[in-house]
Amino acid sequence: MNILVCISCVPDTTSKINFKEGNSSFDSQGVQFVINPNDEFGLTRAIWLQQKSGAKVTVVTVGDESCDPILIKCLAIGADQALRVNIQAKDGFQVASVLSTICKDKNYDLIITGRESIDYNGGMVGGILATLCEMPYLANCIHLEIDGKNVDLQREIDGGKESLKASLPVVIGAQKGLVEEKDLIIPNMRGIMQARQKPLEVISPNEIKPATEILTFKKPDEKGPVKLVDSDNIDELIKLLEIEAKVL
Amino acid sequence: MKILAFIESQDGNIKKTGLEIASYARAIADEKGFELVGVGFNINNSKILDSYGVDKFYNIETKEDTFFNVESYSGSISQLIEKEKASIIVVSSSADGRYLGPILSVKINSAYISNVVGLPTKYDPIQVKCSCFTNKAYNESKSLKDRVILSLSSNSFGLKEQNKTCEYLKGTYLSSTKSLKVTEVDRLKGEVTIADADIVVSGGRGLKGPENWNLIEDLADVLGAATACSKPVSDMGWRPHSEHVGQTGKPVASNLYIAVGVSGAIQHLAGINSSKVKVVINNDPEAPFFKAADYGIVGDAFEIVPKLTEKLKARKL
Ligand SMILES: Cc1cc2nc3c(=O)[nH]c(=O)nc-3n(C[C@H](O)[C@H](O)[C@H](O)COP(=O)(O)OP(=O)(O)OC[C@H]3O[C@@H](n4cnc5c(N)ncnc54)[C@H](O)[C@@H]3O)c2cc1C
Ligand SMILES: Nc1ncnc2c1ncn2[C@@H]1O[C@H](COP(=O)(O)O)[C@@H](O)[C@H]1O
Repeated sequence: MNILVCISCVPDTTSKINFKEGNSSFDSQGVQFVINPNDEFGLTRAIWLQQKSGAKVTVVTVGDESCDPILIKCLAIGADQALRVNIQAKDGFQVASVLSTICKDKNYDLIITGRESIDYNGGMVGGILATLCEMPYLANCIHLEIDGKNVDLQREIDGGKESLKASLPVVIGAQKGLVEEKDLIIPNMRGIMQARQKPLEVISPNEIKPATEILTFKKPDEKGPVKLVDSDNIDELIKLLEIEAKVL
Repeated sequence: MKILAFIESQDGNIKKTGLEIASYARAIADEKGFELVGVGFNINNSKILDSYGVDKFYNIETKEDTFFNVESYSGSISQLIEKEKASIIVVSSSADGRYLGPILSVKINSAYISNVVGLPTKYDPIQVKCSCFTNKAYNESKSLKDRVILSLSSNSFGLKEQNKTCEYLKGTYLSSTKSLKVTEVDRLKGEVTIADADIVVSGGRGLKGPENWNLIEDLADVLGAATACSKPVSDMGWRPHSEHVGQTGKPVASNLYIAVGVSGAIQHLAGINSSKVKVVINNDPEAPFFKAADYGIVGDAFEIVPKLTEKLKARKL
């Protein structure tokens, strides 16, 4: 079985977000980049399939050489090989289109994306990629079991979950629940050493035009200080919520 | 020219988010002089759309296929978009809306913009304000295609009534041939979900253990609120994953968010930034949440929350 895991490099969750060039672009100065958390759940699930049934796991990212350390970390976690598409990612449509050209001649049985990337939160690459490749897509995937060609899946929905069946190939959008937080693999020394021997291929295909463009960024307005209410004056809090904030 | 709104329902009834999508699409239709076409599946109470400015509504009956099927739904809607020649399509930010939008965008060859938080600031090409970096920032996004799908963040526009005489029509269901099929839906009955809730009550590690969650549930009950939690609380299995709020969990865009025993880590706050009014109850005056909140009480949750619940109950009577 061939598995492709799509990896988005995103600012660490503790990062303060800043912009530069007249608020027209993200300022990556001093920002630590990490594997998109949803992708990390997906990668862990892929490694389990590798360990259980000998699946071959390829990780791919669309981005410049600053993403290489993230791909090397994925190799240290256990992926067999890495691929970097040397294009500055402009939007989800472009990323998905570029990835679809790779998937078309590689015949992956399973393509794993994340539910969404925590930077632009598009939540679109998986669905667009799957549709371009004429494969079914399952968003918000919290369960995946494969038996031969048959796949059992679950999707988190608002207020519950949905169970589904499909046959390979499929594309999923991974999130917490697919594996648990405690299951995430932290690379050990052996993994880190092995990663150096594993292939990291860089390809530079033709540019594909994006479908959207971000013109400017803006940070939320500073908010005023908190209004503290004394702990034996709960009536005051209720009054404030009712009359001032008008939310009760 | 036309704008098309995907009106979501549950068990045959239009959801509040469905009415918000209609309200938002009506505002664009008025600004541009467009006709507003609505589409929904298996809807029983479509009459309500007369009050939300829909000009024409297609109800699509799915017959034997009773579950949400993303391929069939997007196929059916795309057929309708071609027939009506709609150039702007609006979907919600619910789990289903965000699932459907990207797939539909390929079928109709359009741009897709998610996390939209306001009306377009420009047209031809369309330009909208969106949230990004999990609500740590906003951006102004422009479509580079003639057609666009906008996924509106819930609670960012609200409901706006407008009376119209809506024409009710039947749409055609296009059954999918793809292998993916829903076999079972397991949804908590009668509980308010985080996505639909006006008020959310959230508990953190300060509550010490799952046995104390009646505090959160009782408060939520009296407020008609949904319950939520911080990440460690769901990681430890005190509460289900679906309640985990934050940068790596669910976003909350409620009118009121009450956090009990939650410290207010940056990853937690990222998920609740777009909630309108935030209240924190925490015994540590230095907890970072107090910097992000509108109202707060410094004190022991085990004393304050039951009192608050009692007082709210008394107020309701
Ligand atoms: C990659 C990554 C992603 C993350 N994503 C998320 C996310 O999406 N969502 C999220 O929530 N977290 C996330 N976190 C975790 C986050 O950093 C915090 O650890 C977490 O939010 C803390 O949860 P808490 O506030 O419940 O617990 P704590 O930080 O332990 O806070 C408990 C609070 O309760 C108060 N308290 C204690 N006793 C009482 C009492 N009797 N009465 C009143 N108050 C009391 C304490 O003063 C304290 O402020 C993430 C972390 C990482 C590394
Ligand atoms: N630049 C990228 N390279 C590879 N995969 C990506 C990239 N951007 C997004 N993805 C994948 O698509 C998922 C959804 O991303 P998004 O649509 O941007 O929210 C991510 O979780 C990744 O799995």
